[in-house]
Amino acid sequence: MNLLDYLPFDLPHPALLAAGMLEGTVLAAVLALTALGLSIVFGIMRVVNVAHGEFYMLGAVLAWFITHTVSGIIGGPPWLGFALALIIAPLIVAALAAATDWLVLKRLNYDPEATIVATIGILYIIQQLALTFYGPDARPVEAPFDFRVQLPWFGYSGYKLCVVGAAILLMLIVWLILARTKIGLIMRATQYDRETAQAFGIPVDKVYAGVFALGAGLAAIGAVLIVPIQQAHYLMGGDPLLLSFIVVILGGLGSLKGTLVAAIFIGLSDGIISTLYEPTLAKILATLLVAMVLVFRPQGLFGARAA
Amino acid sequence: MIRSVLLHGFVIAALIALEPLLSEYHHGNLARIMVLAVYATGYNILFGYTGLLSLGHAMFFAAGMYGCALMIRLAEWSVGPAFIVGVICALIAGIIVGFLALRTIGVGFMIVTLMFAEASYLTILYYNEYTRGDEGFTIAQSVRTIAGLDLSDTTTRYFSALTLFSICLIASAAVVQSKAGRVLVAIRENEDRVRMLGFDPFRYKLFALILSAVMAGSAGAAYAVLFGYAGASFAAVQYSIFPLLWVLLGGPGTTLGPLLGTVLMFYLVDYASGTIMPGLAAMVETQFGIEAPGLASAYLLLVGVALVLLVLFAPKGLLGTLRARMIPWLP
Repeated sequence: MNLLDYLPFDLPHPALLAAGMLEGTVLAAVLALTALGLSIVFGIMRVVNVAHGEFYMLGAVLAWFITHTVSGIIGGPPWLGFALALIIAPLIVAALAAATDWLVLKRLNYDPEATIVATIGILYIIQQLALTFYGPDARPVEAPFDFRVQLPWFGYSGYKLCVVGAAILLMLIVWLILARTKIGLIMRATQYDRETAQAFGIPVDKVYAGVFALGAGLAAIGAVLIVPIQQAHYLMGGDPLLLSFIVVILGGLGSLKGTLVAAIFIGLSDGIISTLYEPTLAKILATLLVAMVLVFRPQGLFGARAA
Repeated sequence: MIRSVLLHGFVIAALIALEPLLSEYHHGNLARIMVLAVYATGYNILFGYTGLLSLGHAMFFAAGMYGCALMIRLAEWSVGPAFIVGVICALIAGIIVGFLALRTIGVGFMIVTLMFAEASYLTILYYNEYTRGDEGFTIAQSVRTIAGLDLSDTTTRYFSALTLFSICLIASAAVVQSKAGRVLVAIRENEDRVRMLGFDPFRYKLFALILSAVMAGSAGAAYAVLFGYAGASFAAVQYSIFPLLWVLLGGPGTTLGPLLGTVLMFYLVDYASGTIMPGLAAMVETQFGIEAPGLASAYLLLVGVALVLLVLFAPKGLLGTLRARMIPWLP
């Protein structure tokens, strides 16, 4: 009797498993970027931004508008449109987030419960405005370049590998900013003690607006990177929001290291699990796991300090 | 106390008196509103009085709805016993979620309830062989009878909804004006002090959550039998946000706020998606030359705007503001 017969699922072909892991890596990379945005916002501002997924969606939709304009109206090459989208879309989203912070969150004095209710409202506003002006269709964005990398078992999209590289690079930059620059020091000081920071002349209001903009911008960059792989749709914000929540909570709310570890873990396991199990079942188990972690281990699976 | 009894009696009497005056359209709407107001009344006990903001009440509504509808569809039970099964399902869900989620506070409680509700929603989709998933299923008119009364008849439906609403309104008013109700409000204001005074906050919070879940479940079960439909959309996140919005609008921590909020929001959305939004879409297109293909169907935009405006400018809601300014005895 073969031991493998006892597995609760059929073991897929090794090549399929490897492909699942690669897909999982791409997902993990974009997920880590998006979740990092949510985690920074929670870590520094103590705000749970339920509208985070909509900033992601907005990044993707804006990317479609920009690439569509460049290639359709000006007649530029796909890489030009994509490069512009990669710069402009996150900037617009970040500006919008800063405005949201100034108009809504600041006025609520960052009260945790009131800001959740407000960001739920913002979620619907952004999502429905996207439905209004972008419409209910999913639309593709052309990849900036198209080549295949020949792996031992199969060819793989070079663009997807570049997404992984870009995401890693961006996360390194964010980490460097937070850990090694003066801006990062100011952010960490604000996180540590808002009032003392203010007493020392740190413009806390500006820091908060900047942090919220950074968080939303990271989600938007993740979305621009993913949009040549998945199409842009006004409801696409739901899944990344849920996954980001899972990642941020498993990693420990506000812990950046934990977020990265959890993103890689969830991204990879999602890629592998979806080749073995039905995705709905995997999602049910993941949401229950998150609830249980919050109930029994609120500091997260990887986080050390209390949330 | 007398004023409170008179006020609630007057509201119920007004709803009875309104029945023959309503056109068929508003007749159906108001029956629906009363069922949804039961849901909001349950939500208000937990959120408005106890100060626990749940983002997952749709799971209790759906537990009642599917507990009842599946007994009718699969086991061919009659409406009465199936309704009770629905309520019991919500009760069990309330007990389980209560014991787990009440270990957390504040933001943790909100996310835990959100996650449990998401898991329930996905479970309903997963077993779509029985639940028919998003599409849902209808309950035949022939089986929707109780004690010989046809529940699909508009008058019977109206008075069935009114009966359930009256029971829940009176129960909610009785609970919040009782000694236990005062403890709930005290927990909302300062949980540590309540503990210091020798009460066990957990027991009271569990009681509030279970009562809230039972009311939500009875609303769900009533919705299934009165309108003959059960679908997964009632378990989705939106249906957890709606009671929050209704209660915020009407006034959290007021017995009549949930009804008022539900009525206003229901008609606002109804009027907006029928009149305002298509008009606005046409105006945007002709005046600004921008195509707005989705504006006519974007009624959730109102939900978002209302949530943000309420939390910014009127966190006490309509009746809460009225109570603070003019009528201090409002229950």
